[in-house]
Amino acid sequence: MLYLLLFFAAPALIMVLASFRSPGEFGGLAPLVDENGRFDLNVESYMRFFTEAVYAQIFVKSFVVATATTLLCLLLAYPLAMLIATSQKKHRDLLLLLVILPFWSNFLIRVYAWMIVLGPQALLARTLNAVLGWFGAGPVPLLFSSFAVLVCLVYVHLPFMVLPLYANLEKHDQSLLDAAQDLGANAWQRFWRVTFPLSLPGVYAGAALVFIPALGIFAIPDILGGPDDSLIGNVIKQQFLETRDWPFGSVLSIVLTVVALGIAGLAAWIGSRGTRREAADA
Amino acid sequence: MALLEIQDVTRRFGDFTAVDRVSLSIEAGEFFTLLGPSGCGKTTLLRMIAGFDLPDSGRILLGGEDLAARPPEGRPVRTVFQSYALFPHMTVEGNVAFPLKMAKTAPREIAGKIAEALEDVRLTGFGKRFPHELSGGQKQRVAIARALVTHPTVLLLDEPLAALDAKLREEMQIELINLQKEVGITFVYVTHDQTEALALSHRIAVMNKGHVEQLDAPSRIYSFPTTRFVADFIGTCNLFAGPVSASEGGLVTLDVAGLGPVSVAAATDVITGTPGAIALRPEKILLGAQAPAAAADNHFRGTVSDFLYHGDVTVYIVTTPGGAKVEALSANSAAGRTMFFEVGDDVELSWPAAAGHYLAG
Repeated sequence: MLYLLLFFAAPALIMVLASFRSPGEFGGLAPLVDENGRFDLNVESYMRFFTEAVYAQIFVKSFVVATATTLLCLLLAYPLAMLIATSQKKHRDLLLLLVILPFWSNFLIRVYAWMIVLGPQALLARTLNAVLGWFGAGPVPLLFSSFAVLVCLVYVHLPFMVLPLYANLEKHDQSLLDAAQDLGANAWQRFWRVTFPLSLPGVYAGAALVFIPALGIFAIPDILGGPDDSLIGNVIKQQFLETRDWPFGSVLSIVLTVVALGIAGLAAWIGSRGTRREAADA
Repeated sequence: MALLEIQDVTRRFGDFTAVDRVSLSIEAGEFFTLLGPSGCGKTTLLRMIAGFDLPDSGRILLGGEDLAARPPEGRPVRTVFQSYALFPHMTVEGNVAFPLKMAKTAPREIAGKIAEALEDVRLTGFGKRFPHELSGGQKQRVAIARALVTHPTVLLLDEPLAALDAKLREEMQIELINLQKEVGITFVYVTHDQTEALALSHRIAVMNKGHVEQLDAPSRIYSFPTTRFVADFIGTCNLFAGPVSASEGGLVTLDVAGLGPVSVAAATDVITGTPGAIALRPEKILLGAQAPAAAADNHFRGTVSDFLYHGDVTVYIVTTPGGAKVEALSANSAAGRTMFFEVGDDVELSWPAAAGHYLAG
């Protein structure tokens, strides 16, 4: 409890306070009490957020990118999680280990690795551009593009989707699939009407674990993106470190936090509803 | 030709032969039971009929058609699983509608069929509930309604009552009998519970170690077991084994250790000296404090060494002077007394030759 207070509630409160203050002349915050002896608290930074369309646009763009990341992760992770959950028990631990293996190396190093993979001299870009050349299309850069950002976002977040999906699928009762087959369901119908609906708690958990970090990420667009690929995370970082407008950075952070908490709460609520039903039936 | 023909079916798992050259003919409209201890191959046989497993050799014919090429979803056969296997994310209606949707039933017909199936299992009004809101017996009924709603040719039931408590099980047995009569669908029932098999079935196949030991009507299985396994597995049974000492005129006499000569009616004469056995149900033995008035074919003396009081009846374990133990059952029918004998009482045992059943070997 004290831990939460100290490391979560206190910083959040400081940020809320900062969002109502003015930026200092050389960065940081202006004095709380100005030279006339008045408290300097205002909502100017909030006004700015709601009146300048560019920030809302970046928010929307971040949402689109985070949503795309989540969907792509789901599409890639589902078959993998099913494969692991249905493989023999002795192979499962090894397969799970392979899924979490990337965590053993530094996050930034893995992001930089994509610079090499997607670089203009790398096999991938050269092959692609050669093929495009035959059709008369100009060469396209892979690196420093929205494509590179999305690929890396999916790569980084994939394990966070695989693990909760696996945890869910692994508990599924084979007799339900037998029953579905016995009642006339083919392989696709068995998946779509039994396996998938029962895996929804895992899908929600995975989606929350991918969507929320993807929403606030700044390192990947910084390293792999072009000038137009900035996301809300980059803007916040910029406000604090470059523009040095702490109050406005705080406002953006607060909006992001509220949105992320809202989504996490929704996912937890849907997820718990599903698991409660499962638990009651078990 | 019978509706369901199982011809010479064998299924092996590695070195273990789960089903060993089994042949059965199951008639349309029959309540047929596969009865046996766990590991006897009854569930494997059921799974092969459902299509979840394929025979290594032999054929399974339904209405004359070989089922080998049909996957489980393509067979007009439905299974009621021991675990019920209800879909937890669907309501009762959703569960019962599932096979209808798979069969591409016209949507406007679905509601009517669901209502009909739920009425058959006396669950009208439960359609909107989820499985976790139902009791064990109700879940069982939903599983049955779901399996019957598409009117399959054969309904397979895999120990469907095993998870229910004794009282509910009895109720469900009566309901199953009525339901089967009502819908007229062939039931193939798997159980290890012999009283359940005797109560429900038209015919029973008693299985042991992958093969069928005896196939007959319940009353004949009980009264005239043809092998020692069946005699022992179905109900309790005294087995008197020994060499044949005499055999003439349909009366076989065995020299049983601890008892002496015991005679039994037999259909055919047996060569003297061959080993044989007599199966004798405890309730066929007459127990008395005095020797029977009329001379009986078999008459022995003994002492009550133990008894099991069941309320309606008492099972007495009687030890003869020779050391043989005989189980005899007597109804607690005397007015004003709880039962007839106590441990240590001397009793007279007697039974006619026709009460026992001769088993070769």
